[in-house]
Amino acid sequence: MPKDGGIGASTTRREDVRFLTGKGNYTADINAYGTATAIFVRSTVANGVIKSVDTSAAETMPGVLAVFTGEDFAEVGGNPAGWLIHSRDGEPMKEPKRPVLAHGKVRHVGDAYAAVIAETEQQARDAAEEVIADIEELPAVVDMAAALAGDNYVHDEIGTNQCFDWGWIEDNRAATDEAIKNAPHVTTLELINNRLVPNAMEPRASIGTYDAAGDSYLLQTTSQNPHMTRLLISAFVMGIPENKLTVIAPDVGGGFGSKIYHYGEEALVLAAAKKVGRPVKWVADRTESFLTDAHGRDHVTKIELACEKDGTFIAFRTETLANVGAYLSNFSTATPTFLHGTLMAGNYTVPNVYVNLKTVFTNTAPVDAYRGAGRPEATYSLERVIDMAARELGMDPVELRRKNFIKPDQFPFASAAGLEYDSGNYDALMDKMEAMVDRKAFEERRKASEAKGLLRGLGINAYVEACGIAPSNLVGVLGSRVGLYDAATVRVNATGNLSVMVGAHSHGQGHETVFPQIVGEMLGIDPASIDIVHGDTSKIPFGMGTYGSRSLAVCGSAMVRATEKIIAKAKKIAAHMLEASADDVDFADGQFTVKGTDKSVSFGEVALKAYIPHEYPIEDIEPGLEETAFYDPANFTYPSGAYACEVEVDPETGKVTVERFTACDDFGNVMNPMIVSGQVHGGVVQGIGQALLENTTYDENGQLLSASYMDYVMPRADDLPFIAVDHADGTPCTHNPLGAKGCGEGGAIGSPPTVVNAVIDALQSGGKDVKHIDMPLTPARVWAAMNNA
Amino acid sequence: MASVTMTVNGKSVSGDVEGRTLMSDFLRNDLRMTGTHIGCDTSQCGACVIHVNGEAVKACTMFAVEADGADVATIEGQQNADGSLNVIQQAFQDHHGLQCGFCTPGMVMSAAALLKENPKPSEGEIREYLEGNICRCTGYHNIIKAIMAASGQDVPAVAAE
Repeated sequence: MPKDGGIGASTTRREDVRFLTGKGNYTADINAYGTATAIFVRSTVANGVIKSVDTSAAETMPGVLAVFTGEDFAEVGGNPAGWLIHSRDGEPMKEPKRPVLAHGKVRHVGDAYAAVIAETEQQARDAAEEVIADIEELPAVVDMAAALAGDNYVHDEIGTNQCFDWGWIEDNRAATDEAIKNAPHVTTLELINNRLVPNAMEPRASIGTYDAAGDSYLLQTTSQNPHMTRLLISAFVMGIPENKLTVIAPDVGGGFGSKIYHYGEEALVLAAAKKVGRPVKWVADRTESFLTDAHGRDHVTKIELACEKDGTFIAFRTETLANVGAYLSNFSTATPTFLHGTLMAGNYTVPNVYVNLKTVFTNTAPVDAYRGAGRPEATYSLERVIDMAARELGMDPVELRRKNFIKPDQFPFASAAGLEYDSGNYDALMDKMEAMVDRKAFEERRKASEAKGLLRGLGINAYVEACGIAPSNLVGVLGSRVGLYDAATVRVNATGNLSVMVGAHSHGQGHETVFPQIVGEMLGIDPASIDIVHGDTSKIPFGMGTYGSRSLAVCGSAMVRATEKIIAKAKKIAAHMLEASADDVDFADGQFTVKGTDKSVSFGEVALKAYIPHEYPIEDIEPGLEETAFYDPANFTYPSGAYACEVEVDPETGKVTVERFTACDDFGNVMNPMIVSGQVHGGVVQGIGQALLENTTYDENGQLLSASYMDYVMPRADDLPFIAVDHADGTPCTHNPLGAKGCGEGGAIGSPPTVVNAVIDALQSGGKDVKHIDMPLTPARVWAAMNNA
Repeated sequence: MASVTMTVNGKSVSGDVEGRTLMSDFLRNDLRMTGTHIGCDTSQCGACVIHVNGEAVKACTMFAVEADGADVATIEGQQNADGSLNVIQQAFQDHHGLQCGFCTPGMVMSAAALLKENPKPSEGEIREYLEGNICRCTGYHNIIKAIMAASGQDVPAVAAE
């Protein structure tokens, strides 16, 4: 049993109280005296030449303080891509500049080319309507294949719409081709991984403040990683020295990837604050969020699975086009490559894997990492084609997967796609899932559905993913321009309570509760006496923030290392107080004790001594009790899972209802099961949303047709069942001190193919020879597939 | 500009507003009560649900002038008199019915309105009632559990939790 409030306890969240009582402090809630409002003027066309922007009328409108255009930022830097990817021929990727405000050309609907600063929001909105732009509309580039074939370029200066043509692993290409050519059976599937909008419920918002006295800036913004944002603004975009710029991400209302990145609005409010001498605030409306937040997924893939007649996998080969939109967002080049291609061996001992992936510029919003980031795309391709192969081979889909699973005694396992999986037990997950689903009783449930005139299907899935991306030395070789460590400072205060400053940022994950559980257990003190400080670059060590399920595995490990340093130093102080050798002092349950005696001092007494160092060995030990650790992991962590979904399909309407969903995950050691379950619920439902409801649709002119909640179908409470989850008894990560694997994205990675597999199973049970339907499986698509089959 | 006077969480408040000022903006900008959140522009997300004369209303669907003379309740006034969490708020904490917290004020206000009209709602009735409140974090699972618990019902034993 976990200790009360310690590691493994389902401690309720301390942060909930402020959120439940309306006392959250989100960026839009901050209203310093004199704050002005910024409103952006955005392109209504997808592609066009900016002939002129006339701001004279707007500048004379009531309350207007300043108007900016793209020309004002023509001389500052661009917002860069964080990873440099090379094409198969060795050429570096194309990196067109992404300006603060568009000048010369607008490249997607929503591309901002001017901004109005006014006393009030309404004055700014009124004045924004008076900014007169002469924009010559050009034909839009929307479809990826057409973008590659044509000579209408999103960025004229690079003379192509292809960002790069990547092969992984290029040296495996010939062997994979040969294996497929000679294989007894090949299953081929063409599929689309539908484009999604992350849709954190809090729209993006930023407030810039300039302090003339210190020539310094403050940016309060909806960020998942404030230090990254500061670095990008300082080193690449605005040139504001890091020591003159504080970035604070206060309470943030969800991110799901969309708030990892630096956006031009953040640079604009800083420049505007200096110019008008007042804080300048911008809050996106939901339409702006749809138009300008980085979108997710948007792959078009052909996958081939080659296997023996008995189902033994021989090779996976994929060709993918991945949309990057009009500009390269910060992680947009890493997401479809090293977070996708490297997972294309799945949970399997398959010897040959080859991935060819081309990234394509289009006149659409930038596309980047969204919950799962590349791994959902990999899992979807693999687990759909495996399901199709099982049907072709006449094999049970569970047995086909089991036949090819990496077995527990094969770990660590070098996958054919270049990763070394440290631990896992995929058969055990499948066993657990089958027991929870009660698969034997499925036929009875199917008969009950059929009695109601409905088709019932069971879809299953296995996934493995790679998160907590690292180590820095490796990712540097692969093209990363940043390190992927994290950092924590543990400050023991004189009276024995603690402030722990962490590089991770919590925007729903519960760090304020879970991190004290860990430190409290290590130090044998009440977690309630430990507070987490995060999100403020002036208070926390340089960390990389929260994305890619890295907070616990990377930042949590840094926190453990810093706490170990605290214990080591405290032990020396305790040894002095106890007049013993440090080697003879044990530490347990908050007490330092001389071995074999009853002589002891408490952690609190040692803390006080560190800060009031009377009778203190000052020549040997510094006063104070505060330690920092940076932690750079040796490897990714590799969570895995076995999922099942049962659906009912109404053959009259094509409507799909999710009746049951079961998620068995291996997240290694779990710190707070309640919070981990919540992460799975949310991830699974985002995946169900992708599979059945959500789609981002541009028309041929590049107009976004799904730019509101009237048109983009978010999962709602009445679309869903309860989600059955189990994440007990995981295989610990072998290379981090907590044995923890990331848990934030597994749900979104594992669920989409599970749902689609279930729908195909239902249709097949009804005698419809439907092999595949592209997501989202709306009633119209399902009905059409059934009636064309 | 028009003058408005109303009762918010038991206190009389007044202000001068433009005709186009939404109730949600009046609460947030004029009264500085920022617990009512704005998550969309189309009255879909439900983050701004408040009670007006006892009815659940999306504060972005009404003008502040329409609330003149009304009795308004917001998330800031939901705690017990001693400051502790009320039954619904406590159930949300106990059952992890919130993550990022942004949709939470609207969820709590909608849940309160539901339980007033239907003290023992079924799972299906809760799901249907919350159709106008979007949450991106929780998958609704623990929100449904929290509302069932707040209404004194046994929370369904969902497998392996």
